[in-house]
Amino acid sequence: MPKNLVVVSAAIVSLFATPFALADTAAARAKALEAVKRDFNPRGQASLDRLAEDMVQLICNRTANNPSPENTKRLEAKQLALVKYPADGKLMGDWKKGETLAQSGRGFTWTDGAGGAVGGSCYNCHQIGPNEQAFGTVGPSLLGYGKLRGNSPEIQRYTYAKIYNAKAFSACSDMPRFGHVGALKPEQIVDLVALLLDPASPVNK
Amino acid sequence: MRTLHAIGACGAVAALSLTSGAFAQADSIDHAKADAEFAKFRAEMEASNPAELNEMKGEGLWNAKRGPKNASLAETCDLGLGIGKVEGAYVASPRYYPDADKVMDMERRIVWCMVEKQGFKFEDIARKPFQGPNDANAPEITDLVTFVAGQSRNMKFAVPMKEPKVKEAWAIGKEIASFRAGPFDFSCNTCHGTDGKRIRMQNLPNLARPEGAIRGVLGWPGYRMTGGVMLTSQWRMNDCFRQQRFPEPKYVSDTITYLLTYMTGTANGQLYKGPGIKR
Ligand code: HEC
Ligand code: HEC
Repeated sequence: MPKNLVVVSAAIVSLFATPFALADTAAARAKALEAVKRDFNPRGQASLDRLAEDMVQLICNRTANNPSPENTKRLEAKQLALVKYPADGKLMGDWKKGETLAQSGRGFTWTDGAGGAVGGSCYNCHQIGPNEQAFGTVGPSLLGYGKLRGNSPEIQRYTYAKIYNAKAFSACSDMPRFGHVGALKPEQIVDLVALLLDPASPVNK
Repeated sequence: MRTLHAIGACGAVAALSLTSGAFAQADSIDHAKADAEFAKFRAEMEASNPAELNEMKGEGLWNAKRGPKNASLAETCDLGLGIGKVEGAYVASPRYYPDADKVMDMERRIVWCMVEKQGFKFEDIARKPFQGPNDANAPEITDLVTFVAGQSRNMKFAVPMKEPKVKEAWAIGKEIASFRAGPFDFSCNTCHGTDGKRIRMQNLPNLARPEGAIRGVLGWPGYRMTGGVMLTSQWRMNDCFRQQRFPEPKYVSDTITYLLTYMTGTANGQLYKGPGIKR
Protein backbone atom coordinates (compact mmCIF):
# COMPACT_ATOMS: atom_id res chain seq x y z
CA MET A 1 0.00 0.00 0.00
CA PRO A 2 2.72 2.55 0.85
CA LYS A 3 4.28 1.90 -2.56
CA ASN A 4 1.23 3.44 -4.18
CA LEU A 5 1.43 6.62 -2.14
CA VAL A 6 2.14 8.93 -5.04
CA VAL A 7 -0.22 7.26 -7.48
CA VAL A 8 -3.13 7.27 -5.07
CA SER A 9 -2.39 10.83 -4.04
CA ALA A 10 -2.31 12.06 -7.60
CA ALA A 11 -5.73 10.55 -8.19
CA ILE A 12 -7.09 12.17 -5.06
CA VAL A 13 -5.65 15.55 -6.01
CA SER A 14 -7.73 15.50 -9.18
CA LEU A 15 -10.79 14.34 -7.25
CA PHE A 16 -10.76 17.00 -4.59
CA ALA A 17 -9.08 19.99 -6.18
CA THR A 18 -11.66 22.63 -6.91
CA PRO A 19 -11.63 23.98 -10.48
CA PHE A 20 -10.09 27.26 -9.36
CA ALA A 21 -7.52 25.70 -7.01
CA LEU A 22 -4.08 27.11 -7.66
CA ALA A 23 -2.17 24.90 -10.05
CA ASP A 24 0.97 25.94 -8.17
CA THR A 25 -0.32 24.54 -4.91
CA ALA A 26 -1.20 21.22 -6.52
CA ALA A 27 2.25 21.01 -8.11
CA ALA A 28 3.95 21.82 -4.81
CA ARG A 29 1.81 19.21 -3.08
CA ALA A 30 2.76 16.54 -5.60
CA LYS A 31 6.43 17.38 -5.14
CA ALA A 32 6.01 17.36 -1.36
CA LEU A 33 4.62 13.83 -1.52
CA GLU A 34 7.46 12.69 -3.76
CA ALA A 35 10.02 14.18 -1.39
CA VAL A 36 8.44 12.58 1.67
CA LYS A 37 8.37 9.23 -0.10
CA ARG A 38 12.09 9.51 -0.94
CA ASP A 39 13.56 11.10 2.16
CA PHE A 40 12.90 8.77 5.09
CA ASN A 41 14.58 5.71 6.51
CA PRO A 42 12.82 3.18 8.70
CA ARG A 43 14.11 3.30 12.27
CA GLY A 44 13.12 1.14 15.20
CA GLN A 45 9.40 0.56 15.12
CA ALA A 46 8.86 3.57 12.82
CA SER A 47 8.63 1.80 9.47
CA LEU A 48 8.12 3.49 6.12
CA ASP A 49 4.49 2.38 5.82
CA ARG A 50 3.71 5.09 8.38
CA LEU A 51 4.04 7.57 5.52
CA ALA A 52 1.14 6.03 3.62
CA GLU A 53 -2.04 7.99 4.23
CA ASP A 54 -5.20 6.18 5.24
CA MET A 55 -8.54 7.49 3.97
CA VAL A 56 -9.00 10.00 6.81
CA GLN A 57 -5.49 11.39 6.45
CA LEU A 58 -5.75 11.47 2.68
CA ILE A 59 -8.98 13.42 2.60
CA CYS A 60 -7.97 15.80 5.39
CA ASN A 61 -4.61 16.41 3.72
CA ARG A 62 -6.17 17.14 0.35
CA THR A 63 -8.80 19.51 1.67
CA ALA A 64 -6.76 21.55 4.16
CA ASN A 65 -8.65 19.69 6.93
CA ASN A 66 -11.96 20.92 5.62
CA PRO A 67 -13.76 18.26 3.55
CA SER A 68 -17.21 18.91 2.12
CA PRO A 69 -20.11 18.40 4.58
CA GLU A 70 -21.12 15.15 2.84
CA ASN A 71 -17.62 13.72 2.93
CA THR A 72 -17.25 14.80 6.54
CA LYS A 73 -20.40 12.93 7.52
CA ARG A 74 -19.40 9.85 5.58
CA LEU A 75 -15.92 9.76 7.09
CA GLU A 76 -17.18 10.25 10.63
CA ALA A 77 -19.80 7.52 10.25
CA LYS A 78 -17.21 5.08 8.94
CA GLN A 79 -14.84 5.81 11.80
CA LEU A 80 -17.63 5.49 14.38
CA ALA A 81 -18.64 2.12 12.97
CA LEU A 82 -15.10 0.85 13.66
CA VAL A 83 -15.15 1.66 17.38
CA LYS A 84 -14.84 -1.49 19.51
CA TYR A 85 -16.33 -1.49 22.98
CA PRO A 86 -15.16 -3.62 25.92
CA ALA A 87 -16.61 -7.14 26.02
CA ASP A 88 -18.28 -6.67 29.41
CA GLY A 89 -19.92 -3.43 28.27
CA LYS A 90 -18.63 -1.52 31.32
CA LEU A 91 -17.30 1.88 30.23
CA MET A 92 -16.24 3.34 33.59
CA GLY A 93 -12.96 1.99 34.90
CA ASP A 94 -10.46 3.23 37.49
CA TRP A 95 -9.75 6.97 37.36
CA LYS A 96 -6.40 6.56 39.17
CA LYS A 97 -5.08 4.32 36.42
CA GLY A 98 -6.55 6.79 33.94
CA GLU A 99 -4.53 9.63 35.48
CA THR A 100 -1.29 7.64 35.09
CA LEU A 101 -2.11 6.93 31.46
CA ALA A 102 -3.04 10.54 30.78
CA GLN A 103 0.35 11.62 32.14
CA SER A 104 2.45 9.33 29.97
CA GLY A 105 3.53 10.70 26.61
CA ARG A 106 5.54 7.63 25.69
CA GLY A 107 5.18 5.32 22.77
CA PHE A 108 5.29 4.88 19.00
CA THR A 109 8.49 6.90 18.38
CA TRP A 110 11.61 5.32 16.89
CA THR A 111 13.29 5.57 20.31
CA ASP A 112 10.47 3.67 22.06
CA GLY A 113 10.80 -0.12 22.06
CA ALA A 114 8.47 -1.84 19.62
CA GLY A 115 5.46 -3.30 21.38
CA GLY A 116 6.24 -1.16 24.44
CA ALA A 117 3.57 0.66 26.39
CA VAL A 118 1.94 3.64 24.73
CA GLY A 119 0.64 6.41 26.96
CA GLY A 120 -2.35 8.65 26.34
CA SER A 121 -0.25 11.84 26.27
CA CYS A 122 -3.51 13.58 27.14
CA TYR A 123 -1.76 16.27 29.22
CA ASN A 124 0.34 17.15 26.18
CA CYS A 125 -2.77 18.77 24.77
CA HIS A 126 -5.37 19.13 27.53
CA GLN A 127 -5.82 20.57 30.97
CA ILE A 128 -7.41 17.69 32.93
CA GLY A 129 -6.79 17.24 36.66
CA PRO A 130 -6.49 20.30 38.91
CA ASN A 131 -3.10 19.24 40.29
CA GLU A 132 -1.21 19.09 37.01
CA GLN A 133 -0.10 22.53 35.87
CA ALA A 134 2.16 21.35 33.03
CA PHE A 135 -0.62 20.82 30.52
CA GLY A 136 -0.74 21.68 26.83
CA THR A 137 -3.37 23.75 25.04
CA VAL A 138 -3.67 22.08 21.63
CA GLY A 139 -7.03 20.70 22.79
CA PRO A 140 -9.74 22.24 25.03
CA SER A 141 -9.58 22.10 28.83
CA LEU A 142 -11.25 19.00 30.25
CA LEU A 143 -11.22 20.19 33.85
CA GLY A 144 -14.73 19.71 35.25
CA TYR A 145 -15.69 17.60 32.21
CA GLY A 146 -17.99 15.22 34.12
CA LYS A 147 -19.38 17.88 36.41
CA LEU A 148 -20.57 19.77 33.34
CA ARG A 149 -22.06 16.80 31.53
CA GLY A 150 -22.99 14.27 34.16
CA ASN A 151 -22.12 10.63 33.58
CA SER A 152 -25.18 9.18 31.89
CA PRO A 153 -24.71 6.07 29.69
CA GLU A 154 -24.84 8.33 26.60
CA ILE A 155 -22.06 10.57 27.89
CA GLN A 156 -20.00 7.52 28.83
CA ARG A 157 -20.49 6.08 25.38
CA TYR A 158 -19.59 9.34 23.64
CA THR A 159 -16.49 9.89 25.79
CA TYR A 160 -15.30 6.32 25.24
CA ALA A 161 -15.80 6.57 21.48
CA LYS A 162 -14.17 10.01 21.33
CA ILE A 163 -11.00 8.69 22.95
CA TYR A 164 -11.12 5.49 20.89
CA ASN A 165 -11.47 7.45 17.67
CA ALA A 166 -11.59 11.26 17.81
CA LYS A 167 -12.26 11.36 14.06
CA ALA A 168 -15.64 9.71 14.55
CA PHE A 169 -16.97 13.08 15.73
CA SER A 170 -14.65 15.53 14.02
CA ALA A 171 -13.24 14.10 10.81
CA CYS A 172 -10.01 16.09 10.75
CA SER A 173 -9.49 16.57 14.48
CA ASP A 174 -5.93 17.16 15.70
CA MET A 175 -6.49 14.47 18.32
CA PRO A 176 -5.06 10.99 17.64
CA ARG A 177 -7.28 7.92 17.26
CA PHE A 178 -5.97 6.06 20.28
CA GLY A 179 -8.11 2.91 20.13
CA HIS A 180 -8.36 2.75 16.37
CA VAL A 181 -4.57 2.57 15.92
CA GLY A 182 -4.05 0.20 18.83
CA ALA A 183 -2.23 2.69 21.05
CA LEU A 184 -4.71 2.13 23.89
CA LYS A 185 -6.74 -1.00 24.57
CA PRO A 186 -10.42 -0.87 25.53
CA GLU A 187 -9.47 -1.73 29.17
CA GLN A 188 -7.28 1.37 29.25
CA ILE A 189 -9.78 3.65 27.59
CA VAL A 190 -12.40 2.88 30.26
CA ASP A 191 -9.90 4.11 32.86
CA LEU A 192 -9.63 7.40 30.97
CA VAL A 193 -13.42 7.62 30.77
CA ALA A 194 -13.46 7.28 34.56
CA LEU A 195 -10.83 10.00 34.91
CA LEU A 196 -13.14 12.35 33.02
CA LEU A 197 -16.54 11.21 34.34
CA ASP A 198 -16.25 9.57 37.77
CA PRO A 199 -17.60 11.96 40.42
CA ALA A 200 -14.72 10.80 42.65
CA SER A 201 -12.10 11.83 40.07
CA PRO A 202 -10.25 15.08 40.93
CA VAL A 203 -11.32 16.32 37.49
CA ASN A 204 -14.85 16.73 38.87
CA LYS A 205 -14.13 17.95 42.40
CA MET B 1 39.31 37.90 23.45
CA ARG B 2 37.79 34.74 22.08
CA THR B 3 39.88 32.65 24.50
CA LEU B 4 38.63 34.67 27.43
CA HIS B 5 35.07 34.05 26.33
CA ALA B 6 35.71 30.35 26.06
CA ILE B 7 37.00 30.17 29.62
CA GLY B 8 34.00 32.07 30.84
CA ALA B 9 31.81 29.57 29.05
CA CYS B 10 33.29 26.61 30.93
CA GLY B 11 32.43 28.16 34.27
CA ALA B 12 28.94 28.92 33.03
CA VAL B 13 28.43 25.34 31.91
CA ALA B 14 29.22 24.01 35.37
CA ALA B 15 26.75 26.41 36.94
CA LEU B 16 24.25 25.47 34.30
CA SER B 17 23.73 21.83 35.22
CA LEU B 18 22.77 22.85 38.76
CA THR B 19 20.42 25.54 37.57
CA SER B 20 18.61 23.35 35.05
CA GLY B 21 17.90 20.86 37.86
CA ALA B 22 16.22 23.67 39.73
CA PHE B 23 14.17 24.44 36.63
CA ALA B 24 12.98 20.86 36.41
CA GLN B 25 11.65 21.13 39.95
CA ALA B 26 10.16 24.53 39.39
CA ASP B 27 8.32 23.00 36.46
CA SER B 28 5.56 21.64 38.65
CA ILE B 29 5.40 24.80 40.75
CA ASP B 30 5.53 28.13 39.01
CA HIS B 31 6.13 28.28 35.29
CA ALA B 32 5.98 32.00 34.78
CA LYS B 33 8.70 32.34 37.39
CA ALA B 34 10.81 29.59 35.85
CA ASP B 35 10.44 31.19 32.42
CA ALA B 36 11.52 34.56 33.77
CA GLU B 37 14.46 32.93 35.52
CA PHE B 38 15.49 31.19 32.33
CA ALA B 39 15.26 34.42 30.33
CA LYS B 40 17.43 36.21 32.88
CA PHE B 41 19.89 33.36 32.96
CA ARG B 42 20.06 33.23 29.18
CA ALA B 43 20.74 36.95 29.04
CA GLU B 44 23.62 36.48 31.47
CA MET B 45 24.92 33.53 29.47
CA GLU B 46 24.83 35.34 26.17
CA ALA B 47 27.99 37.24 27.11
CA SER B 48 29.88 33.97 27.44
CA ASN B 49 27.85 31.77 25.12
CA PRO B 50 29.13 28.17 25.17
CA ALA B 51 28.49 28.09 21.41
CA GLU B 52 31.64 30.17 21.02
CA LEU B 53 33.73 27.10 21.73
CA ASN B 54 32.13 25.39 18.76
CA GLU B 55 32.52 28.52 16.68
CA MET B 56 36.23 28.57 17.41
CA LYS B 57 36.66 24.92 16.53
CA GLY B 58 34.59 25.43 13.40
CA GLU B 59 36.76 28.35 12.33
CA GLY B 60 39.83 26.14 12.65
CA LEU B 61 38.17 23.40 10.59
CA TRP B 62 37.07 25.89 7.94
CA ASN B 63 40.59 27.15 7.41
CA ALA B 64 42.49 23.85 7.68
CA LYS B 65 43.58 21.78 4.68
CA ARG B 66 41.79 18.50 5.25
CA GLY B 67 40.38 15.37 3.69
CA PRO B 68 41.65 13.08 0.94
CA LYS B 69 42.05 16.11 -1.34
CA ASN B 70 43.94 18.08 1.30
CA ALA B 71 41.91 21.22 0.56
CA SER B 72 40.53 23.87 2.86
CA LEU B 73 36.93 24.97 2.71
CA ALA B 74 38.12 28.58 2.93
CA GLU B 75 39.87 28.11 -0.40
CA THR B 76 37.30 25.98 -2.21
CA CYS B 77 33.80 26.29 -0.76
CA ASP B 78 31.20 28.74 -2.06
CA LEU B 79 28.41 29.20 0.46
CA GLY B 80 26.55 31.39 -2.01
CA LEU B 81 28.38 34.69 -1.72
CA GLY B 82 31.66 33.66 -3.35
CA ILE B 83 34.41 31.16 -2.52
CA GLY B 84 35.52 31.40 1.09
CA LYS B 85 33.08 34.15 2.00
CA VAL B 86 31.25 33.29 5.21
CA GLU B 87 30.08 36.66 6.46
CA GLY B 88 26.32 36.95 5.90
CA ALA B 89 26.06 33.53 4.23
CA TYR B 90 23.96 31.87 6.95
CA VAL B 91 21.15 34.42 6.88
CA ALA B 92 21.06 34.21 3.07
CA SER B 93 20.38 30.47 3.08
CA PRO B 94 18.72 28.20 2.10
CA ARG B 95 19.53 29.25 -1.45
CA TYR B 96 19.93 27.77 -4.91
CA TYR B 97 23.42 26.55 -5.82
CA PRO B 98 23.87 26.19 -9.60
CA ASP B 99 26.96 23.95 -9.26
CA ALA B 100 24.87 21.36 -7.41
CA ASP B 101 21.61 22.31 -9.14
CA LYS B 102 19.91 22.15 -5.76
CA VAL B 103 18.40 24.38 -3.15
CA MET B 104 20.39 23.69 0.03
CA ASP B 105 20.31 24.78 3.63
CA MET B 106 23.64 25.74 5.19
CA GLU B 107 24.45 22.42 6.85
CA ARG B 108 23.71 20.59 3.62
CA ARG B 109 25.88 22.98 1.63
CA ILE B 110 28.86 22.55 3.94
CA VAL B 111 28.48 18.76 3.74
CA TRP B 112 28.36 19.11 -0.06
CA CYS B 113 31.63 21.09 -0.02
CA MET B 114 33.29 18.56 2.31
CA VAL B 115 32.39 15.76 -0.10
CA GLU B 116 33.02 17.54 -3.41
CA LYS B 117 35.98 19.72 -2.52
CA GLN B 118 37.73 17.87 0.30
CA GLY B 119 36.87 14.33 -0.75
CA PHE B 120 35.24 13.18 2.49
CA LYS B 121 32.74 10.33 2.18
CA PHE B 122 29.12 11.35 2.68
CA GLU B 123 28.38 8.13 4.60
CA ASP B 124 31.09 8.96 7.12
CA ILE B 125 29.60 12.37 7.84
CA ALA B 126 26.01 11.09 7.86
CA ARG B 127 26.73 8.14 10.16
CA LYS B 128 26.46 10.24 13.31
CA PRO B 129 25.69 13.84 12.41
CA PHE B 130 24.35 15.04 15.79
CA GLN B 131 25.91 15.29 19.23
CA GLY B 132 24.43 12.75 21.64
CA PRO B 133 24.06 13.30 25.39
CA ASN B 134 27.09 11.10 26.09
CA ASP B 135 29.40 12.64 23.50
CA ALA B 136 32.14 14.90 24.82
CA ASN B 137 32.29 16.85 21.57
CA ALA B 138 29.95 17.89 18.80
CA PRO B 139 30.64 16.41 15.36
CA GLU B 140 32.86 18.53 13.11
CA ILE B 141 29.95 19.42 10.87
CA THR B 142 28.14 20.99 13.86
CA ASP B 143 31.22 23.09 14.67
CA LEU B 144 31.43 24.23 11.04
CA VAL B 145 27.75 25.19 10.90
CA THR B 146 28.06 27.03 14.22
CA PHE B 147 31.08 28.96 12.96
CA VAL B 148 29.35 29.94 9.73
CA ALA B 149 26.17 30.91 11.61
CA GLY B 150 28.20 33.08 13.98
CA GLN B 151 29.42 35.04 10.97
CA SER B 152 25.83 36.21 10.41
CA ARG B 153 25.28 37.42 13.97
CA ASN B 154 23.02 40.48 14.10
CA MET B 155 22.18 40.36 10.43
CA LYS B 156 18.72 40.10 8.93
CA PHE B 157 17.45 36.94 7.28
CA ALA B 158 17.62 37.44 3.54
CA VAL B 159 16.68 34.16 1.88
CA PRO B 160 16.61 34.92 -1.88
CA MET B 161 12.87 34.32 -2.23
CA LYS B 162 12.73 35.86 -5.72
CA GLU B 163 14.81 32.98 -7.09
CA PRO B 164 12.18 30.62 -8.63
CA LYS B 165 13.77 27.43 -7.28
CA VAL B 166 13.85 28.87 -3.76
CA LYS B 167 10.26 29.99 -4.11
CA GLU B 168 9.30 26.50 -5.19
CA ALA B 169 11.22 24.95 -2.26
CA TRP B 170 9.30 27.28 0.09
CA ALA B 171 5.96 26.17 -1.39
CA ILE B 172 6.89 22.49 -1.13
CA GLY B 173 8.00 23.01 2.48
CA LYS B 174 4.64 24.58 3.26
CA GLU B 175 2.90 21.48 1.91
CA ILE B 176 5.15 19.11 3.86
CA ALA B 177 4.33 21.04 7.04
CA SER B 178 0.67 20.18 6.62
CA PHE B 179 1.16 16.52 5.63
CA ARG B 180 -0.56 14.33 8.22
CA ALA B 181 0.35 10.70 8.52
CA GLY B 182 1.60 8.07 10.94
CA PRO B 183 -0.18 6.37 13.84
CA PHE B 184 -1.14 9.68 15.52
CA ASP B 185 -2.20 11.57 12.36
CA PHE B 186 0.31 14.31 13.18
CA SER B 187 1.75 16.93 10.85
CA CYS B 188 4.05 19.81 11.77
CA ASN B 189 0.95 21.96 11.81
CA THR B 190 -0.75 19.81 14.46
CA CYS B 191 1.73 21.32 16.90
CA HIS B 192 2.89 24.46 15.07
CA GLY B 193 -0.06 25.56 12.95
CA THR B 194 -1.96 27.92 15.24
CA ASP B 195 -1.02 30.78 17.51
CA GLY B 196 -0.37 30.46 21.21
CA LYS B 197 -0.43 26.66 21.58
CA ARG B 198 1.54 24.61 24.05
CA ILE B 199 2.57 20.96 24.35
CA ARG B 200 2.84 20.52 28.12
CA MET B 201 4.69 23.70 29.10
CA GLN B 202 6.58 24.16 25.81
CA ASN B 203 5.36 27.08 23.78
CA LEU B 204 5.00 26.12 20.15
CA PRO B 205 5.73 28.70 17.47
CA ASN B 206 3.15 29.04 14.68
CA LEU B 207 5.45 28.51 11.73
CA ALA B 208 3.02 29.98 9.21
CA ARG B 209 3.55 33.51 10.52
CA PRO B 210 6.70 35.62 10.49
CA GLU B 211 6.61 36.02 14.31
CA GLY B 212 6.44 32.25 14.75
CA ALA B 213 8.83 31.33 11.96
CA ILE B 214 11.53 33.58 13.45
CA ARG B 215 11.14 31.74 16.76
CA GLY B 216 11.61 28.51 14.86
CA VAL B 217 14.95 29.51 13.36
CA LEU B 218 16.29 31.95 15.94
CA GLY B 219 18.90 30.59 18.30
CA TRP B 220 19.82 27.65 16.03
CA PRO B 221 22.35 26.21 16.00
CA GLY B 222 21.84 26.16 19.73
CA TYR B 223 23.54 24.97 22.87
CA ARG B 224 20.97 22.78 24.57
CA MET B 225 21.07 22.98 28.36
CA THR B 226 19.38 19.59 28.63
CA GLY B 227 22.32 17.30 27.99
CA GLY B 228 24.79 20.11 27.37
CA VAL B 229 25.03 19.55 23.63
CA MET B 230 25.36 21.77 20.56
CA LEU B 231 22.64 21.10 17.99
CA THR B 232 21.69 22.43 14.57
CA SER B 233 18.41 23.02 12.73
CA GLN B 234 18.93 19.67 11.02
CA TRP B 235 18.70 18.05 14.45
CA ARG B 236 15.61 20.05 15.39
CA MET B 237 13.79 18.80 12.29
CA ASN B 238 14.92 15.25 13.00
CA ASP B 239 13.61 15.32 16.55
CA CYS B 240 10.28 16.88 15.59
CA PHE B 241 9.73 14.08 13.06
CA ARG B 242 10.46 11.65 15.88
CA GLN B 243 7.79 13.29 18.02
CA GLN B 244 5.53 13.21 15.00
CA ARG B 245 5.93 9.38 15.07
CA PHE B 246 7.28 9.43 11.52
CA PRO B 247 10.22 7.31 10.35
CA GLU B 248 13.58 9.10 10.44
CA PRO B 249 14.26 11.78 7.83
CA LYS B 250 17.46 11.27 5.87
CA TYR B 251 20.26 13.61 6.88
CA VAL B 252 20.48 16.74 4.70
CA SER B 253 17.62 15.54 2.50
CA ASP B 254 15.33 17.66 0.31
CA THR B 255 12.49 17.30 2.82
CA ILE B 256 14.54 19.04 5.52
CA THR B 257 15.77 21.73 3.11
CA TYR B 258 12.19 22.42 2.04
CA LEU B 259 11.01 22.80 5.65
CA LEU B 260 13.93 25.07 6.51
CA THR B 261 13.29 27.14 3.38
CA TYR B 262 9.64 27.47 4.38
CA MET B 263 10.50 28.62 7.91
CA THR B 264 13.51 30.79 7.14
CA GLY B 265 11.86 32.38 4.12
CA THR B 266 8.83 33.20 6.24
CA ALA B 267 11.16 34.79 8.81
CA ASN B 268 12.86 36.95 6.16
CA GLY B 269 13.73 40.49 7.14
CA GLN B 270 13.97 39.69 10.84
CA LEU B 271 17.16 39.85 12.88
CA TYR B 272 19.30 36.75 13.47
CA LYS B 273 21.14 36.98 16.75
CA GLY B 274 23.61 34.15 16.15
CA PRO B 275 24.01 30.70 17.71
CA GLY B 276 21.96 30.57 20.88
CA ILE B 277 21.02 28.74 24.04
CA LYS B 278 18.07 26.40 24.24
CA ARG B 279 16.33 24.81 27.12
C1 HEC C 1 -2.34 16.11 19.89
C2 HEC C 1 -3.38 16.69 20.67
C3 HEC C 1 -4.31 15.86 21.51
C4 HEC C 1 -4.05 14.76 22.31
C5 HEC C 1 -2.71 14.06 22.54
C6 HEC C 1 -5.29 14.43 22.96
N1 HEC C 1 -6.28 15.27 22.53
FE1 HEC C 1 -8.24 15.23 23.12
N2 HEC C 1 -8.67 16.76 21.82
C7 HEC C 1 -7.74 17.43 21.07
C8 HEC C 1 -8.42 18.45 20.29
C9 HEC C 1 -7.75 19.43 19.33
C10 HEC C 1 -9.79 18.37 20.62
C11 HEC C 1 -10.92 19.26 20.09
C12 HEC C 1 -11.31 18.85 18.70
C13 HEC C 1 -12.12 17.60 18.72
O1 HEC C 1 -13.16 17.56 19.37
O2 HEC C 1 -11.69 16.62 18.11
C14 HEC C 1 -9.91 17.28 21.59
C15 HEC C 1 -11.11 16.88 22.17
C16 HEC C 1 -11.23 15.94 23.19
C17 HEC C 1 -12.46 15.55 23.83
C18 HEC C 1 -13.84 16.08 23.50
C19 HEC C 1 -14.16 17.25 24.34
C20 HEC C 1 -15.62 17.66 24.19
O3 HEC C 1 -15.93 18.72 24.70
O4 HEC C 1 -16.41 16.92 23.60
C21 HEC C 1 -12.15 14.62 24.77
C22 HEC C 1 -13.10 13.92 25.72
C23 HEC C 1 -10.72 14.42 24.73
N3 HEC C 1 -10.19 15.24 23.76
C24 HEC C 1 -10.02 13.55 25.55
C25 HEC C 1 -8.68 13.22 25.37
C26 HEC C 1 -7.99 12.17 26.11
C27 HEC C 1 -8.59 11.35 27.24
C28 HEC C 1 -6.72 12.10 25.61
C29 HEC C 1 -5.62 11.13 25.93
C30 HEC C 1 -5.89 9.75 25.80
C31 HEC C 1 -6.60 13.13 24.58
N4 HEC C 1 -7.80 13.77 24.47
C32 HEC C 1 -5.45 13.38 23.86
C33 HEC C 1 -6.39 17.20 21.00
C34 HEC C 1 -5.72 16.16 21.65
C1 HEC D 1 3.84 16.25 18.53
C2 HEC D 1 4.23 17.60 18.56
C3 HEC D 1 5.15 18.18 17.50
C4 HEC D 1 5.20 17.95 16.15
C5 HEC D 1 4.32 17.03 15.33
C6 HEC D 1 6.24 18.80 15.62
N1 HEC D 1 6.82 19.52 16.63
FE1 HEC D 1 8.25 20.98 16.43
N2 HEC D 1 8.34 21.16 18.46
C7 HEC D 1 7.56 20.46 19.36
C8 HEC D 1 8.05 20.69 20.70
C9 HEC D 1 7.47 20.10 21.99
C10 HEC D 1 9.15 21.58 20.56
C11 HEC D 1 10.08 22.06 21.66
C12 HEC D 1 9.79 23.39 22.13
C13 HEC D 1 10.83 23.77 23.16
O1 HEC D 1 11.68 22.93 23.50
O2 HEC D 1 10.80 24.91 23.58
C14 HEC D 1 9.29 21.86 19.15
C15 HEC D 1 10.23 22.73 18.59
C16 HEC D 1 10.32 23.06 17.26
C17 HEC D 1 11.18 24.08 16.70
C18 HEC D 1 12.15 24.95 17.50
C19 HEC D 1 11.43 26.05 18.21
C20 HEC D 1 12.36 26.89 19.06
O3 HEC D 1 11.86 27.60 19.93
O4 HEC D 1 13.57 26.84 18.87
C21 HEC D 1 10.97 24.09 15.36
C22 HEC D 1 11.65 24.98 14.34
C23 HEC D 1 9.99 23.07 15.07
N3 HEC D 1 9.60 22.47 16.24
C24 HEC D 1 9.51 22.76 13.80
C25 HEC D 1 8.74 21.63 13.52
C26 HEC D 1 8.50 21.11 12.19
C27 HEC D 1 9.01 21.72 10.90
C28 HEC D 1 7.74 19.99 12.34
C29 HEC D 1 7.31 18.99 11.31
C30 HEC D 1 8.34 18.29 10.63
C31 HEC D 1 7.44 19.84 13.75
N4 HEC D 1 8.10 20.84 14.43
C32 HEC D 1 6.62 18.86 14.28
C33 HEC D 1 6.49 19.66 19.06
C34 HEC D 1 6.19 19.15 17.80
